[in-house]
Amino acid sequence: MAMTETDTSAQMPITAADGTPLKKKLAQALFRSRVRAVGLVLPLFAFVMASFVIPILALMWQGVYNNTFAEYTPNLTEKLSVWDGVSQPTEDMFAALVVDLKTTRKDKTIGRIATRVNQELPGSRSLFTSSARKVGKLKPPFAESVVKMDEKWGEIEIWQAMKLTSQSLTPGFYATALDGRYTVDEGFVSQVESRQIYVKLFWRTMLISGTVMLLCLLLGYPVAYLLATLPLRYSNLLMIMVLLPFWTSLLVRTTAWIAILQSQGVINDLLVWIGVASDESRFSLIYNMTGTIIAMTHILLPFMILPLYSVMKTIPPSYMRAARSLGATPTLAFIKVYMPQTVPGVGAGGLLVFILAIGYYITPALVGGQDGQLISNMIAYHMQKSLNWSLAAALGGILLAGVLLLYWAYDRIIGIDNMKLG
Amino acid sequence: MSRFTKSLIAVAGVSLCVSGAALANDLTIVSWGGAYTKSQIEAYHKPWMAKTGKSIVSEDYGGGIAEIKAQVEAGNVTWDVVDVELSDAIRACDEGLLETIDSSILPNAPDGTAASDDFLPGTLHECAVANIVWSSVYAYDKSKMANGPTTMADFFDLKKFPGKRGMRKAPKVTLEFALIADGVAAKDVYDVLSTEEGVARAFAKLDTIKDDVVWWEAGAQPPQLLADGEVVMSTAWNGRIFNAVAGEGKPFEIVWDGQVYDLDLWVIPKGSKNKDAALDFVAFSTATEQLAAQASWISYGPARKSSGALVGAYHDQPNLQMAKHMPTAAANLTNAVQNDFEFWADNNEQLNERFNAWLAQ
Amino acid sequence: MAKLPPYTSTGEYIWHYTYRFICGLIFLFLILPILIVLPLSFNVEPYFSFTPGMLSFDPEAFSLRWYEDILRNGMAAPDEPLSWAWFSDTWNNGQWMRAIRNSFFIGICATLLSTALGTLAAIGLSRSEMPYRRMIMSILISPMIVPLVITAAGMFFFYSRIQLSQTYIGVIMAHAVLGTPFVIITVTATLVGFDKSLVRAASSLGAGPITTFRRVQMPLIIPGVVSGGLFAFITSFDEVVAVLFLASPEQRTIPRQMWSGIREQISPTILAVATLLVILSVILLTVLELLRRRSERLRGITPG
Repeated sequence: MAMTETDTSAQMPITAADGTPLKKKLAQALFRSRVRAVGLVLPLFAFVMASFVIPILALMWQGVYNNTFAEYTPNLTEKLSVWDGVSQPTEDMFAALVVDLKTTRKDKTIGRIATRVNQELPGSRSLFTSSARKVGKLKPPFAESVVKMDEKWGEIEIWQAMKLTSQSLTPGFYATALDGRYTVDEGFVSQVESRQIYVKLFWRTMLISGTVMLLCLLLGYPVAYLLATLPLRYSNLLMIMVLLPFWTSLLVRTTAWIAILQSQGVINDLLVWIGVASDESRFSLIYNMTGTIIAMTHILLPFMILPLYSVMKTIPPSYMRAARSLGATPTLAFIKVYMPQTVPGVGAGGLLVFILAIGYYITPALVGGQDGQLISNMIAYHMQKSLNWSLAAALGGILLAGVLLLYWAYDRIIGIDNMKLG
Repeated sequence: MSRFTKSLIAVAGVSLCVSGAALANDLTIVSWGGAYTKSQIEAYHKPWMAKTGKSIVSEDYGGGIAEIKAQVEAGNVTWDVVDVELSDAIRACDEGLLETIDSSILPNAPDGTAASDDFLPGTLHECAVANIVWSSVYAYDKSKMANGPTTMADFFDLKKFPGKRGMRKAPKVTLEFALIADGVAAKDVYDVLSTEEGVARAFAKLDTIKDDVVWWEAGAQPPQLLADGEVVMSTAWNGRIFNAVAGEGKPFEIVWDGQVYDLDLWVIPKGSKNKDAALDFVAFSTATEQLAAQASWISYGPARKSSGALVGAYHDQPNLQMAKHMPTAAANLTNAVQNDFEFWADNNEQLNERFNAWLAQ
Repeated sequence: MAKLPPYTSTGEYIWHYTYRFICGLIFLFLILPILIVLPLSFNVEPYFSFTPGMLSFDPEAFSLRWYEDILRNGMAAPDEPLSWAWFSDTWNNGQWMRAIRNSFFIGICATLLSTALGTLAAIGLSRSEMPYRRMIMSILISPMIVPLVITAAGMFFFYSRIQLSQTYIGVIMAHAVLGTPFVIITVTATLVGFDKSLVRAASSLGAGPITTFRRVQMPLIIPGVVSGGLFAFITSFDEVVAVLFLASPEQRTIPRQMWSGIREQISPTILAVATLLVILSVILLTVLELLRRRSERLRGITPG
């Protein structure tokens, strides 16, 4: 006889062998296995946090926080913080300026604050360094003696620039990264037109990356299909032709493209020999956007082929045959039956290629010439040459925000769990 | 898993050992690479190593003070002596990144003149000692042109001399060349360039050849571009062109009109672990004999007056006298501009932004 | 090539061969730079272009000087005759020899680190009871997504502050971080096809979790682990941006040395090194393929 439902609920809860209720035992076991799972992931998580996430967050912080000026000129900073930015500078402010110039000259930190102010007001660097040398001899009232030493100190712009740089937490770098300027009296204004460059570079980076992604898709899809449908012995041999460039150093491949695409290079010689181009006006295929796109397509093609291949390999050929047997033409069968199944591969490959292309800086640096430069070249330039690390951080921050947005969108639509690399 | 852990620990141990075992005797000397570094190795490094028995590790870099700044601020300075341009030396010194070098440690000239008098004016600074005078010029392949160009204006003349040009992808020197070609006298170049109209004028002149320019960044590229036939004329650093001519027999010819000459100096990053050896090296390598010896490997002018008399022939071609290939030779200085480091220290950032914006148009 | 089924129409027939031709062109596009590098590495002139002498197959235009330069570059006394001292000199001082040593050392260490951590993490993530799975997975894969120049810049600042910049450990850590996403992706893909009931069967037979892992799970996921490790090794071996920012001259790797050979020195030695690496890769891939065919023959199956 089956026990009725009311019977079981009225009795004691089911227990495990040692007397604890089964529900509790189950919860304990679940908790233990959860801890085990977390424990497996924890080492890598801690490692990635410490050596990757935190450094990047620190970098982003540098994009908004720059205390070079405030750190070395405490007196002046204090006076500037109460100044309104439009009225005439007071005697107090001049006195503080003299004190701080003397200190920074002695400590050899004058160069740093001079460079920092120069970022806001070009040309002011030498004003600081030369004034620091002469300031020891000045006597009060400083408002007159400083201006007498160098009349530029009487202009309001230099004081406004100093007020801006004395604010450690500043949106100024992000403003510059978006071709604007942050001023004391007018807030955000746009940059002088002859110096507007960053927004254009962001668009160009998107354009080139998008073009490279489309080209990779166009070239990679047929090849991946061939590799996935050929018998294994042939496809593995052909796969060598895909893996070999993948394993060859990026720099070597780029150099090879220089040799191939240059005016006196292989392609142009071939074209002249056929007669398509004349000897004097050879095609200019390198040191410009064309060269960058060709070289980047070549380098990123394996990243498109491999995910596509791994997805295509899991598609059973019987679907196509079934579609044919139901009367579809080969083209229709391919478009309606096969292609939709390859979407995860297309998505993974496309995303990978696009994101890698956005961040590339070696290839554009070598073959880009003047119109093949990407935003990462600018970031590297500010990191290594102009040493404006805060601006590099601001540019990087915008780039990162764009990439994360794309990544989130991809995750929504296709899901990162489905990424495979063959 | 246990095998992994063991090997990880072993590896970590090994790498700790390796990273800690930096050879303390090595002096790390950093320079620009290629023919220039080779000339320094032959003229300075080898004799110094022979004299002191210590060893030198020679490294290349692309210029700028980013690495020096990073090392000094991190407190982990691995570079002992660095060869920098004048504007970089001044900037780094102002920011407290360099050791001071007292000119009293520098040896006298053979005839007894004190170092501070023997060095050319403007070559001794608080934190830096000059070794060479180098120059930006332009060169062309004379096997491709029977009547070659002779003035800076010819560089910008596409009708008379058609073909592509090579120029350095930086406003420094490029803007000066444009103004000289436009007719500005050498001594007025920086006055004109300090004004907005002057800068606009320089960019307007560059616009006339913009579509035909191939931009280079590394010093070794111009000889490559000329040899490939990628360009018919290119701005370059004079020593690199000379080495292509003397060392590889290339038919290049330098045009000295409108040259912009500058200095290279030795500096010692602050906190260098081998400071005494570094100072000794700097003093040794800037002695009269050594500077003259370097001139036999590359055509850069020595920074000391007394070295000029000792400059002889190219190291393996006794018929090739170096004196007339120096930037400081009298015949080459007729229309020359000395690079104004104050101007560039002030304006490099904004002119660079402007230059890149102009390139991107 | 498989025979075309008898119901192919003429249009399909033409398309079939056109398609193969197009794929052939794309393969040529892929392999062309590699083919160019091989003859250029024998150029007698120190430039990256084909001289007229080379095009007319003049033997004078070819030389092995760049292969010698691999050994000679950086030596204290390069012109001495061959002897034990010569070999010791090139081993200790040769710039390329140092770069090759560094590349392998850093690559292997970084691969071991990233494979170990990545495999564990992938196994943990494949468990359905793992909390916040998707978010953690995103964070762990992010090194592959974040543009490399930003990663390198951030690491440069941070590691400088904690004195790890310009050390072997710093570079190894950076490369390991860049390699783990590959390991996670491949091992996760392998685990998707893993039959969980095997684990339950093992514990029902009395195996503890570690034994189960060692004897049941590992052997089955080894292909994924090896494949991920291989990707991680290649990433580290070919990585140049992080090394540009983080390494001192002591830790120069092969790509860093090549970068110097393109920018500062313009030395075709990099083509000689690249040729050697290509030959090595071809040998490796061919051996792998031959081994695979041999194991198939032994097992008596031929898939397709």
